[in-house]
Amino acid sequence: MIRSRITDILYPAVFGIGVLILWELIVRGFGVPAVLLPAPSGIWAKLIASLPILWVDFVQTVIRAVIPGWIIGSLSGFLVALLCDRIPFLRRGLLPLGNLVAALPIVGVAPILVMWFGFDWPSKAAMVVVMTFFPMLVNAVAGLQASGHLERDLMRSYGASWWQTLVKLRLPAAMPFIFNALKINSTLAMIGAIVAEFFGTPIVGMGFRISTEVGRLGLDMVWAEIAVAAITGSAFYGLLVFLERRVTFWHPSYRK
Amino acid sequence: MSAAPAIAAKPVARESGNALPVTAVCLCILLVWYAAAIPMNWVVTGPKIEAAGGGLSGILAFSWNEARPVLPAPHQIAQELWKSVFTVAPWMPKSLLYHSWVTLSSTLLGFVLGSLLGVALAIAIVHSTFLAKSLMPWIIASQTIPILAIAPMVIVVLGSLGFTGLVPKSLISMYLCFFPVTIGMVKGLMSPETTQLDLMRTYNASTSQVLWKLRFPASVPFLFTSLKVAVAIALTGAIVGELPTGAIAGIGARLLQGSYYGQTVQIWAALFMGSFLAAALVWLVGVAERVTLRRMGVKP
Repeated sequence: MIRSRITDILYPAVFGIGVLILWELIVRGFGVPAVLLPAPSGIWAKLIASLPILWVDFVQTVIRAVIPGWIIGSLSGFLVALLCDRIPFLRRGLLPLGNLVAALPIVGVAPILVMWFGFDWPSKAAMVVVMTFFPMLVNAVAGLQASGHLERDLMRSYGASWWQTLVKLRLPAAMPFIFNALKINSTLAMIGAIVAEFFGTPIVGMGFRISTEVGRLGLDMVWAEIAVAAITGSAFYGLLVFLERRVTFWHPSYRK
Repeated sequence: MSAAPAIAAKPVARESGNALPVTAVCLCILLVWYAAAIPMNWVVTGPKIEAAGGGLSGILAFSWNEARPVLPAPHQIAQELWKSVFTVAPWMPKSLLYHSWVTLSSTLLGFVLGSLLGVALAIAIVHSTFLAKSLMPWIIASQTIPILAIAPMVIVVLGSLGFTGLVPKSLISMYLCFFPVTIGMVKGLMSPETTQLDLMRTYNASTSQVLWKLRFPASVPFLFTSLKVAVAIALTGAIVGELPTGAIAGIGARLLQGSYYGQTVQIWAALFMGSFLAAALVWLVGVAERVTLRRMGVKP
C-alpha cells in the first residue's frame, strides 16, 4: 500500500524531471536560440525576475475573470438544470440544444462579448460564464436523474417533499456529475479568459502578455506566463479533486 | 482515474418526441432575440428613430435592419450567410465556404494526427505499468494548461522554423484532441473482462493477438465516443489557431476581421458557419460509428 503510493508520486516526478533535464540538455547542446525555445533554467530566472508583472496579470485574468465567471457560469447552469428538473417540457427542449451547444466552438463568441462588455475584465468574465454554463447544465441534469427508482420510492414512502428529496437524496447522488462539470469548467474557464484577451484588453492580463511577448520574441516571458497558467490550472483542478473526494467519499471509485 | 476533463457526461437517454419541446425552446430564443435587439441596438439606432419620428414601425424597422448593430437580428445573419455562401463563387476570399474549407482542412489533419497519437499512447499505457504511472498524471496535467493560450507562440515558433499555414494550426488541433482519445481508449482497451483475458491466455495468445482480437474490438464503442468529443475540440483548436497570427483565411480570421472593423453581422455569420461545421463533423463521426458497429454485428 505504502509502496504503491510512493511509486505513484515517484514515477511521474522522475519522468517530469527527466523531461526537464532533457530539454535543458537539448537547448544547451544544440545551441537552440532563445527566440525558438528557451532553456528551463532561463525560464525560471525570468519567472523570478518578473514576479510583480506576473502577479498583476494573474490578478487581472484569474482573480477578476476566471473565478467570478466560473462561479456564475456553474451556478446558473446548475439553477437552470434544477428548473429543467421541475419542468420536464423545458428539459426535453433545452437538453438536446445544450448537448449541441456543448460541441460548438463557443470561444468564437469572444469578439462579440468584447464588443458588448468592453475591453476590461467584465467581457472576459462573461466569456467564462458562457463557456462554463452548458457543461454544468448537461451534467447537472444527468446527475439529478442519477438516483435510482427504489431510493426515490423510499423517499416517497417517507412522505418527503420535493425539496427534502432534493437535498437528502438527489443532490448527493448528483455530486459526481456536478464535480465532473466543475473540473471540465476549471480548464474551460482558463481558456475562455485568455482567448478573450486576444480580442482586445487593457495592458494587463495573461493572454495580453502572451500575445505581445510573442510579437517581441520574448519567449522566456511567454513560457513564464505559461508556467503560471499551468500551475494555476493544476492547483485549481487538484483542489476540485480533493473536494470531490471529501464530498463523494461514498462513490465506488474511491473505495479502497 | 476517476473522471476526465473535456469528456462531458453521457446525455440522458433520449426520450421520444423531443421535436415539439425543442421547437418551442428555439422559438422562445428567437422571440427573446428579436425583442433584445431593440434595447441593445438603441445606442446606434436611437437617434435615427427619433429623427424619423419614432413610432412602433420605425423602431422595428431600424432595430432589425441596422447595418452595424450591437445585436443583429436573426434574419440579418441568415441573409449574410446566404450571401456569402451561395452568391459568391466558393474559391473567392469573400465566400464563407472558402474560409470554412481552410479551417476544415487543418481541423481534419489535426484530428487524424491527434486520434492516432491518442490511440498509440493508450496502447502504450495499457501495456506498461511504468508508462501508465508516469505518463498518466502528465497527460492530465497537460490539459490543465490552457493550450489555446500557447497557440500564438506555437504558430510563431513553427513559422520561424519554416512551417506555415496548415501544419501549425493542425498541431494545435492535434494537441487538443489527443487527450479525450487517450482517456477513452485506455478505458476501452481495459474493458475486456478478466474471464475473456483468461480465455485468451488459455489459447496461449501473444500480447499483440490479445490486442488485435480482444482489446481493440472491445474498445471500438469507447473510441467513437471519444472521437466525437475530439473532432469538436479539433475544430475549436483550428479556429483559435487562426486568431493570434492574423491569419488571412479561415473562420477564425473572419471573426478577427469582423471584430477589427465592427462588422457584427459578419462575426455572427462566421460563428454560425463554425457551429454548422461542428455539428456536421460530430454527425459524420456518429454515422461512421453506426456503420462500424453494425458491421461488427452490434444489434441496435
